[in-house]
Amino acid sequence: MTSGGEALRTSATRTVQGKEVRRLDRVIIRFAGDSGDGMQLTGDRFTSETASFGNDLSTLPNFPAEIRAPAGTLPGVSSFQLHFADHDILTPGDAPNVLVAMNPAALKANLADVPRGAEIIVNTDEFTKRAMQKVGWDTSPLEDGSLEGFHVHPVPLTTLTVEALKEFELSRKDAGRSKNMFALGLLSWMYHRPTEGTEAFLRSKFAKKPDIAAANIAAFRAGWNFGETTEDFAVSYEVAPAASAFPTGTYRNISGNLALSYGLVAASRQADLPLYLGSYPITPASDILHELSKHKNFGVRTFQAEDEIAGIGAALGAAFGGSLAVTTTSGPGVALKSETIGLAVSLELPLLVVDIQRGGPSTGLPTKTEQADLLQAMFGRNGEAPVPVVAPKTPADCFDAALEAARIALEYRTPVFLLSDGYLANGSEPWRIPEVDELPDLRVQFAQGPNHTLEDGTEVFWPYKRDERTLARPWAVPGTPGLEHRIGGIEKQDGTGNISYDPANHEFMVRTRQAKIDGIDVPDLAVDDPSGDAQLLVIGWGSTYGPITAAVRRLRAAGRSVAQAHLRHLNPLPGNLGEELARYEHVVVPEMNLGQLSMLLRAKYLVDARSYTQVNGMPFKAEQLATALEEVLHAD
Amino acid sequence: MPTELPLTAKDFKSDQEVRWCPGCGDYAILAAVQGFMPELGLAKENIVFVSGIGCSSRFPYYMNTYGMHSIHGRAPAIATGLASSRPDLSVWVVTGDGDALSIGGNHLIHALRRNVNLKILLFNNRIYGLTKGQYSPTSEVGKITKSTPMGSVDAPFNPVSLALGAEASFVARTVDSDRKHLTDVLRQAAAHPGTALVEIYQNCNIFNDNAFEVLKDKQQAEEAVIRLEHGQPITFGAGGTSRPEGGGNHKGVVRNPQTGDLEVVPVTDDNRTQILVHDAHAASPTTAFALSRLADPDTLHHTPIGVFRATDRPVYDRLMADQLDAAIDQNGKGDLSALLTGNDTWTVKE
Repeated sequence: MTSGGEALRTSATRTVQGKEVRRLDRVIIRFAGDSGDGMQLTGDRFTSETASFGNDLSTLPNFPAEIRAPAGTLPGVSSFQLHFADHDILTPGDAPNVLVAMNPAALKANLADVPRGAEIIVNTDEFTKRAMQKVGWDTSPLEDGSLEGFHVHPVPLTTLTVEALKEFELSRKDAGRSKNMFALGLLSWMYHRPTEGTEAFLRSKFAKKPDIAAANIAAFRAGWNFGETTEDFAVSYEVAPAASAFPTGTYRNISGNLALSYGLVAASRQADLPLYLGSYPITPASDILHELSKHKNFGVRTFQAEDEIAGIGAALGAAFGGSLAVTTTSGPGVALKSETIGLAVSLELPLLVVDIQRGGPSTGLPTKTEQADLLQAMFGRNGEAPVPVVAPKTPADCFDAALEAARIALEYRTPVFLLSDGYLANGSEPWRIPEVDELPDLRVQFAQGPNHTLEDGTEVFWPYKRDERTLARPWAVPGTPGLEHRIGGIEKQDGTGNISYDPANHEFMVRTRQAKIDGIDVPDLAVDDPSGDAQLLVIGWGSTYGPITAAVRRLRAAGRSVAQAHLRHLNPLPGNLGEELARYEHVVVPEMNLGQLSMLLRAKYLVDARSYTQVNGMPFKAEQLATALEEVLHAD
Repeated sequence: MPTELPLTAKDFKSDQEVRWCPGCGDYAILAAVQGFMPELGLAKENIVFVSGIGCSSRFPYYMNTYGMHSIHGRAPAIATGLASSRPDLSVWVVTGDGDALSIGGNHLIHALRRNVNLKILLFNNRIYGLTKGQYSPTSEVGKITKSTPMGSVDAPFNPVSLALGAEASFVARTVDSDRKHLTDVLRQAAAHPGTALVEIYQNCNIFNDNAFEVLKDKQQAEEAVIRLEHGQPITFGAGGTSRPEGGGNHKGVVRNPQTGDLEVVPVTDDNRTQILVHDAHAASPTTAFALSRLADPDTLHHTPIGVFRATDRPVYDRLMADQLDAAIDQNGKGDLSALLTGNDTWTVKE
C-alpha cells in the first residue's frame, strides 16, 4: 500500500485483534463494476460513512450515458472514485490506491489509472473464460502475471455473498445482487468506517421489502466479517477525522446539484418570492428538477415542459408574473433556449439559466464533464445580448453561486447564466451548513405606482424608466392597478417602452443594456500570492478550482512561487482583473475546453495568457497540471 | 386601489396607434374583444394578453391590459408559466396560423392537453402576412404563393380537428366579420375553466383576400355555414330552421349507421328525427371531431362554426396549486434550516 497511488504517509501503526492497523493521511478508492452492479450506490454509501466520520473528501462518479449497457462490456463500466483525508483536500485524487473491480471489464477499463503497488480487489467469480473474452483477454490477468507489481486480493465476492445469504431463500441470482454490499462491508472494515449509517440507509431504502433490507445488511456485515477474519487482508487502515482542516460548525456531505437546488430554494426564501422552475429533463441537470419537485411545501412550482424552449418560456412567463424564475439544462438545451434568453434580455426580467455543462458539441458526452459552454453563455444569441455569467468552483459552492446569480438577476432585472458542470453536479464534498440568518437579503421592490410625470403634469408609469444606479427597469407585475403596460421583443423606446424603430433610440438602448451588465457590482478578484514575488499567475474558473489549487500547492511545497486566482464572475469580469493580470510575467489559464476564458482575457486585456486545456470528459489531474505549470516556470 | 368597475370598451384601448393594414380582419376582432372585455367583470390589471410573432401577435400592444409580445410560436409556453404561477389572472393568448400551428405547434398541443387556464385566440387567415405572403400550415393544397409558384404540395391542418386530437376541453370556431357570433364564442370561452381554443377565420386583404368569402357572403353562406348550438339539431341551408317542414334546400347532419361517420343530407319528414342534436358537452370528442371534418378544405362548404366542444376537465393551474397546498398539509410549511441540515451531519468543534 505504501507505494501505491499518490504517495501516502503512514504515520503510525498499531495492532488490533492480531492484525496490523496503519494510520494514513489520505486514501483514494475507486469502485468499478458493470452499470447494473450498483457501484454508484456503493460509492455514495462509502462517502456517507466517510463524511459522518469527519474526513475531508471529494468524489468523482463516472458512468456511461446508457442505463444498462450490455453486461460485462467495457462501455458498460461504471465507477466511483472517492478521495478522503485527515486534512483539507481539493480533488477526487489522480490515481486510486485501491481499485475494487467487480468484473474483468471493470479491471480492464480502470487498470491504466492504477499505479503499481496499489491494491486491487477483484471479484474472481466473474473472471470466467467468456467474461474475459468479452474484453479481449485470452488468458486470465489474475494468473498470467500481468498484475505483477500490484497487490491483488482475489475474492470470490459473489460466492461469498450467496453463501452468507443462504438462509434468505433467495435465488442465487438475487442473492448475488447484494455483492456490492459485501464489497462495501469489506472496504468499510479495511478503512474503519462507521456502519450504522449504511444499515439505517438500507432499512429505510427497502422499508417496503424488509427481506431485501435484511439480506443487504447481512451481506454488508458478511463483508466486514470477511475482512476481519481472512488472512488475505492482514492490514487495515485508519484515516483520522480532518477536524483541524475545518472551521467549527455543523457539516454534511453535499453534491453540486443538491447544493444548487438548495441554493435556489434559499434564494426564493431570501427574496420572498415564489420559486418557479421550467425545465426539460437532460443529463446532468435533471437531478435539480427532481430535487426541487420534492419541495412544494416551500411554495416551489416545478413545470416539466414539452421541450427546452417551453421550459424557459414558462419560466419567463412566471418571471413576468413576479416569481423567482429558473430554467435548468445542459449545453444542447442552452442552444434551444437562446432565442428566449434574448427575449429576456430585451424584456429585462430576472431569470436564472442554469447550465450543467457536459461534453459537446451536439449530444457529445452526456455524463462527462467539460467547460466548453462559456462562449455560448457569453455570446450565443443574436444581436448584442449581454448576459451575466456566474460559475461555482466546488460542489458545495453551487449553493452560494446560486444565491449570487439570483442576486444579480433580481437586482438588475436580467437573465443570468449559472455555469456548473457534470463534475460539480455529481461530485460531492463536506459542506458547512450555513445559518439561515447568515444568508444575503435578496428582497426587491415591485413597482407600486407611477414613476414619471409628463409635461402636462400627468403621472404615468414608464416600464423602461431606469434606476439611476443599477440601470434596472421597474418590475411591475400583473395585478398591480394602474401599471398596465406592454413589453415585447421589438426594440422599445427608452422610458415608455413603446415600439420604436428610431435609429438613435436603438443605438441608445443597445448601449444602455450593455452598460447595465457592465456596471453590475461584482467583488474584486482576490489573488493568492503568499510569497508576493510570483512571476506566474494561474487563473481559472468553475470546477477547475480543485485541481488547480492542488497543483499550486504541490509547486509551493516544492519551493516555487506561484500566484493563483479563480473567477466566480465571468461577466462582468472583476474590475481589478486587468491590473492583476498585468502584474505577472506569465499568466496560465487551465480550462476543460480549447481556451475559451483565455481568449476572453487576451481579447479584453491584451495579456499574453497561455492556455492549458483538456477535453477528455474528466477533470484535470493535479499532478499533470503541476507538471505543466512547472514547465512554464522552467522556461524562464 | 384596484380599478373601479364596470369598465367600457374604451378602457381597454391602449394609447398606441393600430398599425395593421387598412381593411385587415384584425381590426374587427380587436373591436369585438375590446367590446367584450367589460363583460368579464375583471379589473384590467388582472388581465394579460400574451402573443407570439406575426400580424395578429401585435394585438397586445393595442389592449390596455398587461401584455407581452414574445417570440415566434412560444406564446402558449410563456402564458403557461404565467397562468400556472398566477392563477388569479385572466390570461389570453393571441396567435396566428403560422405562429400556433407551424413554429409553435408543439406548445399549442401541450397547452391543450394540460388544460392550462388560457384563452387562445387563433387568427387563421391561411397565409403568412408579416413575411409577405408565403403559404401557411392551413393553406389549401395547390395554393400559389411567393414560396409556392407551382402550388403548395403541403396538406393543411384543420385547427379544430388538431385541437380535439390534442385533448382540448374547449374548441370553437368563429369568423372575424360576425361580431355577434364572435362575441358569443368569446363569452363561452371566457367562462370555460381550462384551455379554450377559439379559431377565428380572419381575412388578410393583402395576401389572401376573400379567403372566407363563401362563409361571409349572405347567399353563399346559407349553404356553406353550419351554425352549431348546443342542444339544437344541426341543420342549415336556404330553408333555414324556421322554414315550414320540407321547404327549400333545408339540410341537416345525420350519422351514417354503416360507417358511423357524419354526413349532410336534405331534411325530409322521414329523416327529421335522425338529425343530429349538437352536444358540446359530450364526454367523448368523437362527434365533435366528425363535425370538424365536414368542411371541404378547398371550398369551405359545410363549415361548422360555434362551440364544437366544451367539457369540464381538471385545470392545470389548480392542480399545481393543490399540490402545493397538499405538500404543506403533509409536511408543514418548508423549513429552510431543516432542509439545509438534512439527516446526516457532523459537528466540528474548536
